Amino acid sequence: MTARSEKLPTPARLRPRDVLAVGLSGLRGRKLRAVLSALGIAIGVAAMVAVVGIGTSSQARLADQIAKLGTNLLTVAPGQSFAGTAAQLPSDADAMVERIGPVESATATGKTDATVRRNDRIEPGITGGIQVLASREDLLGTVGGKLRAGRFLDAATGNFPTVVLGDTAAKRLGVTEPGGQVWLGGQWFTVIGLLDPVPLADDLDVSALVGWEAAIKYLGFSGNPTTVYTRTAESAVEAVRDVLAPTVNPKNPNEVKVSRPSDALAAQLAAKDTFNALLLGLGAVALLVGGVGVANTMVIAVLERRQEIGLRRALGAHRGQIRTQFLTEAVTLAGLGGIAGAALGGAATYAYATAKDWPFAIPIAALAGAVAASALVGAVAGLYPAGRAARLTPTEALATG
Amino acid sequence: MTAPDAYPGAAGDRRPGPPAIPGQAAAPASTAPGFPGVPGGHGGLEPPGEVITLQGAGKTYPGGLTALDNADLTIREGELVAIVGPSGSGKSTLLNLMGTLDRPSSGRVEVLGHDVATLSDRRLSAVRARWIGFVFQQFFLSPHLSALDNVATGLLYHGIGHSRRRERAAEALTRVGLGHRLDHKPHELSGGERQRTAIARAVVSRPRIVLADEPTGALDSTSGAAVVQLLRDLNAQGTTIAVITHDRQLADSLPRRVRILDGRIQEDDMAGTAA
Repeated sequence: MTARSEKLPTPARLRPRDVLAVGLSGLRGRKLRAVLSALGIAIGVAAMVAVVGIGTSSQARLADQIAKLGTNLLTVAPGQSFAGTAAQLPSDADAMVERIGPVESATATGKTDATVRRNDRIEPGITGGIQVLASREDLLGTVGGKLRAGRFLDAATGNFPTVVLGDTAAKRLGVTEPGGQVWLGGQWFTVIGLLDPVPLADDLDVSALVGWEAAIKYLGFSGNPTTVYTRTAESAVEAVRDVLAPTVNPKNPNEVKVSRPSDALAAQLAAKDTFNALLLGLGAVALLVGGVGVANTMVIAVLERRQEIGLRRALGAHRGQIRTQFLTEAVTLAGLGGIAGAALGGAATYAYATAKDWPFAIPIAALAGAVAASALVGAVAGLYPAGRAARLTPTEALATG
Repeated sequence: MTAPDAYPGAAGDRRPGPPAIPGQAAAPASTAPGFPGVPGGHGGLEPPGEVITLQGAGKTYPGGLTALDNADLTIREGELVAIVGPSGSGKSTLLNLMGTLDRPSSGRVEVLGHDVATLSDRRLSAVRARWIGFVFQQFFLSPHLSALDNVATGLLYHGIGHSRRRERAAEALTRVGLGHRLDHKPHELSGGERQRTAIARAVVSRPRIVLADEPTGALDSTSGAAVVQLLRDLNAQGTTIAVITHDRQLADSLPRRVRILDGRIQEDDMAGTAA
């Protein structure tokens, strides 16, 4: 018989374009449901992207700040002597530092024993944690401090009972503008200036600064600096750091403490990462919940579309093609949610960064990763429903409804 | 499509006489070589090729219900067969076995000489894609696709390109008289037009046999008659068709009737009504 020799038809592959079109066809008819289940994914992804984006933006701000403040500020302070007593810096320590080649500037403050209060009626014990420092006149330029109001100590005012208050100190003393007087070291000092916070030398924030000469004259200050601040050429920071101690105290260099304040900010930068990991975990949980939503939608879709499955089987789709169709649908659903979520997270980051006056920064890898992760969640969520769809026999599928 | 008169019994003057009945086929031997899908002819004296053969085929469902018992049936190229029986008689089971949608629990089902039981899911799906066209009572058209795209779906699993599918779908729709309705969605079509769209989808791949399950079941009598006429016309152009129906009147108007009751084939009546 001729028919017996007839060759079996070969199974055909669906073209990629058709795979996509078939996968999307299921979403077209049920737009609202598709949008809602994609929304679940979108929210999770948006949360993750926003966490990463805001974290990155805040790090970018810190990095900006470090760059602006410079990493070339070094401070020198007395350590402890071999015998365990507090060491002292020589009174001309800052001048000695300034003579080191690559050093651009050096200045100093010195701790006094005086306390400062709002007026003479307040108990001497209540210092408010404010220290009184003798300050060189060129302090601000080196530490990168800024005056908020008034003026700084200079050759004239530095000899008289005048004081410049750090940001926190002014708040604690209830001083909002220069011109008033505070009770300092047993007499009235006139406030001539207020400082903005100084990020690289934050102990200045809780300080009342008086002129070097005035401190010696009125407060019994020894004249020995307790902190020397120095700016060096950026390239020579390490080299200068090494010679600072022997320069300041050639006899006992081990009694000198040298530090680099920008290291603290850099450490803060690193600390943000751990916080991010926690929030990111929360976002991942949200994404998983979204994935459960997609799985739910797909299970219902398979139940509802048995006839379509039956028809496709009758038209010649094999099991693998049915599975692929529903997997494609799940991946597309979640992927679209992921894209929407990435956009939403990006927008949230932009809004937040703009409101905080931070630079806007999102790593592209985070966006791509978020979309890829949601597609993966979609694939996992679609696995079971797609398998069920594929296992339906054509007759079972057609018999329903 | 192959010329309408390219097989025995298709000559215009003989309609609505029964085409391609085994035994009669020897008469117009000169036309036999043009038989669709049978290359090289077959000597003129042999009957047309068997498209679907059931040998003692039976189907018993889990739970012991025997829906079909020991059925023998051969459908040959060019035939127009009615499989008729009341609901629950097993005719849908018969259709499922013929259409390779289900496998027999006993006996043998062959499509163009290939035993269905030996074929993998992929192979069997390819057999359905290329050789068998289905028409269902409920049409099963996608509501959000145009008539053209619905018909083009009939070629989706052939691996041919989108535009070629649409071209052939347009041809098929023209063949069923819906050339002017290509861009209409199913809800914009009448019931009869929907079923004709579904028939176009079944024939767009030029299958070796079309299995129509109650094709007029959801239609009023006028549309139903038009659909039956369309099936006759397609048959006259060379398409082998099996119609499953519970409608005796419809069955009696077709050249061959297989009557089924309680899962058994009761009668295989090849006497043409026109005879």
